[in-house]
Amino acid sequence: MVQSDSTRIELDAQGIGAEPKSRFRRIFWHHPLAWMGLVGIAVLLGFAFIGPLVYRASPYAMHLTMILKPPSTHFPLGTNNLGRNMLARLMLGGQTSLEVGVAAALSSMVIGIAYGVVAGFVGGWVDALMMRVVDLLRSIPGLFLLIFLDSFVTPTPGLLILLIALTSWHGVSRLVRAEVLSLKERLFVEAARAVGARMGHIAIKHLLPNIYGTVIVATTFMVADAVLVIASLSFVGMGLPPPVPNWGAMLSDAMTYVPQHAWWLVYPPGLAVLWTILSISFLGDAFRAALDTRLDSAFRGGPRT
Amino acid sequence: MIRYSLARMLQAVPTLLLLSVLSFFLIHVVPGGPAVVMLGDKATPALIAQINQSLGLNKPLWIQYGIWLGHLLEGNLGYAYSYHQSVASLIAVNLPRTLILVVTAIAISHVIAIVVGIYQAVHRDRPVDFILTGILYFLYAMPTFWLGVLLISIFATDVRWFPTGGLYNPLLGPTFGSYVNHMVLPVSVLVIGSVAGWARYMRSTMAETLVQDYIRTARAKGLNERGVLVRHALKNSLLPLITLVGMSLPGLFSGALIIEIIFNYPGMGLLFWNAAQQRDYPIVLAIVIMVGVLTILGNLLADLLYAVVDPRIQYR
Repeated sequence: MVQSDSTRIELDAQGIGAEPKSRFRRIFWHHPLAWMGLVGIAVLLGFAFIGPLVYRASPYAMHLTMILKPPSTHFPLGTNNLGRNMLARLMLGGQTSLEVGVAAALSSMVIGIAYGVVAGFVGGWVDALMMRVVDLLRSIPGLFLLIFLDSFVTPTPGLLILLIALTSWHGVSRLVRAEVLSLKERLFVEAARAVGARMGHIAIKHLLPNIYGTVIVATTFMVADAVLVIASLSFVGMGLPPPVPNWGAMLSDAMTYVPQHAWWLVYPPGLAVLWTILSISFLGDAFRAALDTRLDSAFRGGPRT
Repeated sequence: MIRYSLARMLQAVPTLLLLSVLSFFLIHVVPGGPAVVMLGDKATPALIAQINQSLGLNKPLWIQYGIWLGHLLEGNLGYAYSYHQSVASLIAVNLPRTLILVVTAIAISHVIAIVVGIYQAVHRDRPVDFILTGILYFLYAMPTFWLGVLLISIFATDVRWFPTGGLYNPLLGPTFGSYVNHMVLPVSVLVIGSVAGWARYMRSTMAETLVQDYIRTARAKGLNERGVLVRHALKNSLLPLITLVGMSLPGLFSGALIIEIIFNYPGMGLLFWNAAQQRDYPIVLAIVIMVGVLTILGNLLADLLYAVVDPRIQYR
């Protein structure tokens, strides 16, 4: 590490914490939202991935004598118009939603980091041009662009991950660029440059470790967004194709049977999406409290609220 | 002031230009290229050749772009084959409906957000503040489409207070009351979806404002609490909200898209969705451009408004 002692002292003086790990431990593990989020996610993962191993009913088998039946001992969440077991479908639907959501958020994070680091580090007209592209993407409502791109292709999980990543990376890139812009003026980066480090080396060794907090917070919220986007897309019939169930499509199918008061089709998939978004947002807010140093300094320096 | 406005407007130009480049690129991405975009399913090799000739598709790409941009600026957005009319005329009918939906929702949402935010800031760290924060968190995470289905199932099928969808009752005709009646549920969904973020914001700025020195001064000179809140604190907390509305526009349009589909409300969103399903690309593309332009202009307007109402902004 080229980071000098004087830089370390300067960092401490600014309250940016030379030992982020201990600061993270101190705040994160004592944050009620962190626990609510973690428990929520654990329940969710257990339900979607371990659930089908315990509850071995088929999500595809059609019980033609049991069409549109409310919950019973045999079908805990009732059946749909094809006589399919809704509990089994809700579990399997969770798997698809979560897998695609996490994969899309991670891909989008990778694009966003790379783009933000390059824009912030190179600066000048390259930065200006790159940021206008970000402005552009920010100005087109994501769902419109997604549906437009989606109308060219037959969606598969892989394609959806790609499309969501391509339309949602700009948020992270703006945050990363802002961080890089301030980091690159700091002494330790200058020192690294002075000893002849190349740009790639500086980016990986000195910039990335300092922006991981921002990135983790943004990525957590992006997982929630991605899950919501997939559910929305599937709800409007432009997402994952049948027969593999997913929460958005289940809700969209349920709409047909709303006049028949089929409440057991309407509530579970919606609650599942809400549960997912809430748990992930709780975790994101706890991460933000523990990792976002700007928030911390605002609390210290700002007016007492 | 005028210089600031001009400078800010100039900043929007590159974004708008980029939007046009992106759209131009997307037209060429469409399977079959621009001719198919214009002709849709009616494309025959002879017609495609004719269009290619008239559009100058054998010319260099940047000249093609110039021609296309010229058409766009003239308001020539192409022909919607599935509706047998020009895209511009379709948008002229559908856009106002979506704008009414969005603007009404923004207005109502603001009133609620401001009242709730102030109430929370005044009672901060008391039980009622925590309860409201919890409720707002819930609303914030609420998926728009589920909320729509829930409201329909409760208020349109269980108790039948409002219709399940549409623009007005075809039996009664397009009366004002019928319009309003059909807008209650869609607007409610949009309001509930946007109120949480704004109320959270309002609470935190109001809480910050209430501990400022000038508030203490206002209290010290004997102003009643209501006067302090409205005349001094609210006025200063409201300003940044304008910027926040500009930033929420893309989300509001996306929300309106889903809401129009659920409630079968014939605005831009439903038009867009139907066109996407039928692969009527001229409509789809025109609406993507339109929504982008509206968002950019909305943000521009928000920034200009902010400059007008906030005397602290320096115009150099």
